Amino acid sequence: MKKSDFTILVADDDPDYLFQTVNNLGRAGYKTVAVESQAEAESVISKMKPSLAIFDLMMENDDSGFILCYKIKKKYPDVPVILATAVAHETGISFSLDSEAEKTWIRADRYLEKGIRPEQLDQEVMKLLKI
Amino acid sequence: MPVLKVLVVDDEPGIRSGVSRILNNFRVAYPFMDEDFTFEVTEAATGEDGITIIDGDKPDIVLLDNKLPGIQGTEVLEYIRNKNYDVVVAMITSYASLDVALKAHKFGATDFVPKPFTPQELKSSIENITKQLYLRRITHKMNEEGRKVRYQFLSVLSHELKAPLNAVEGYLKMMQERQSGDRIEDYSTPIERSLQRIQWMRSLIMDLLDFTKIRLERKEEKIEEVHLKGIAKNAIVTVQPYAIQMEVSINLGLKSDVVIMADPTDMEIIFNNLVSNSVKYNKRGGKVDIVIDEDENEVLLLFADTGIGINESDKENLFSDFVRIKNEKTRNIGGSGLGLSIVKQVVDLYHGSITVESTPEVGTTFKVRLPKKFN
Repeated sequence: MKKSDFTILVADDDPDYLFQTVNNLGRAGYKTVAVESQAEAESVISKMKPSLAIFDLMMENDDSGFILCYKIKKKYPDVPVILATAVAHETGISFSLDSEAEKTWIRADRYLEKGIRPEQLDQEVMKLLKI
Repeated sequence: MPVLKVLVVDDEPGIRSGVSRILNNFRVAYPFMDEDFTFEVTEAATGEDGITIIDGDKPDIVLLDNKLPGIQGTEVLEYIRNKNYDVVVAMITSYASLDVALKAHKFGATDFVPKPFTPQELKSSIENITKQLYLRRITHKMNEEGRKVRYQFLSVLSHELKAPLNAVEGYLKMMQERQSGDRIEDYSTPIERSLQRIQWMRSLIMDLLDFTKIRLERKEEKIEEVHLKGIAKNAIVTVQPYAIQMEVSINLGLKSDVVIMADPTDMEIIFNNLVSNSVKYNKRGGKVDIVIDEDENEVLLLFADTGIGINESDKENLFSDFVRIKNEKTRNIGGSGLGLSIVKQVVDLYHGSITVESTPEVGTTFKVRLPKKFN
């Protein structure tokens, strides 16, 4: 399958960051659906099945990203999810998904620091989509 | 009712049972506590037994004889000290030489009850110890909570400071890689957005400075007569360019020249924040009414707008740090989430009050009351 056969759902309440992520994914060749809130993301999930989802952690709620992870995995268990956040650095809380217990709790497949390079994001997405 | 666990370590059975008898029916009350303390006594005949109980049962208070059959009382004390247990120790001893007393003191014994003691002597010593224990634990708890709040504040703050940097960095990379073309005009949106994010970041930093100022400054020296009309006019002038852009008209109504005893900077903080909010969260073509009024003791300030309003559920946290109401209508409005928290802190500092009334889609009114005299 080509990259353009995949649709990536991106949710982030920072309009600039959202624009840049979607722009980078588009340049890499993917189709994208961009939403600015947890509520919009939920409505998209109810209508379509994306190939992969990238969620910001803090949107309307501090744990919007976790909630979305949970909901999308419940509906489409096979859709890979990336949780993107700038939180780890500041809080010292690590969201890396190493242990099995953490995986079942968070239900994201990858945790990524915001501000990663576009090529790196593309790599991670390809890995998850098994391209 | 809180129960404190008391361990008495003494090789004389009479002393042990005496302590049990006296303390099991004893209660300690202080005017500053909601509930009385009562006591539950366990006994140990040797230092070794005492240590086993201390490790297992974690008593709050230990009454410790020094002269024991095996290890000595001071050794038990040293053990407790090394383990860093949260326990208060009082020595009960009839052979209180200076040497023992010094050693006991060094290892953290808080009291000496010389044997033989009367029930009253024991009770007054326990009363004292209980108070110390209570205050120590309360202080500890408050410090912990303070630390947690500061930590939370800092983590949200660094998130808020990092987000605009990420955004600007992303746009600069787009330009560096010439993603949209070779001409500068191809990048007008990224440039515009970057400037906007930098401007918001700057206002966050300004808010932060206000924030630290309120917390650190000594007020008394800065109190002077402040004419609120001037402060209000300055705030209006500051926000005017934005108001013109939003087509919002600002009206200032005041009955007379209202004067308050205050730090002028604090009054600026109140006016600047509330006036700029009433423009920021207004609708195109809306209006803002500012009223300055007074009665005998108080100044009353009104900031009424015809803006987007605030939902009932969002009102609850409105004055907390970093709270921004996030919805479709506010998403393009920049803000640090600190403004109202700062205003609230200033108002509290003056023992005033701030309230909000709001109807979504109709408008919001903030009412501030401040005593005219600073105390």
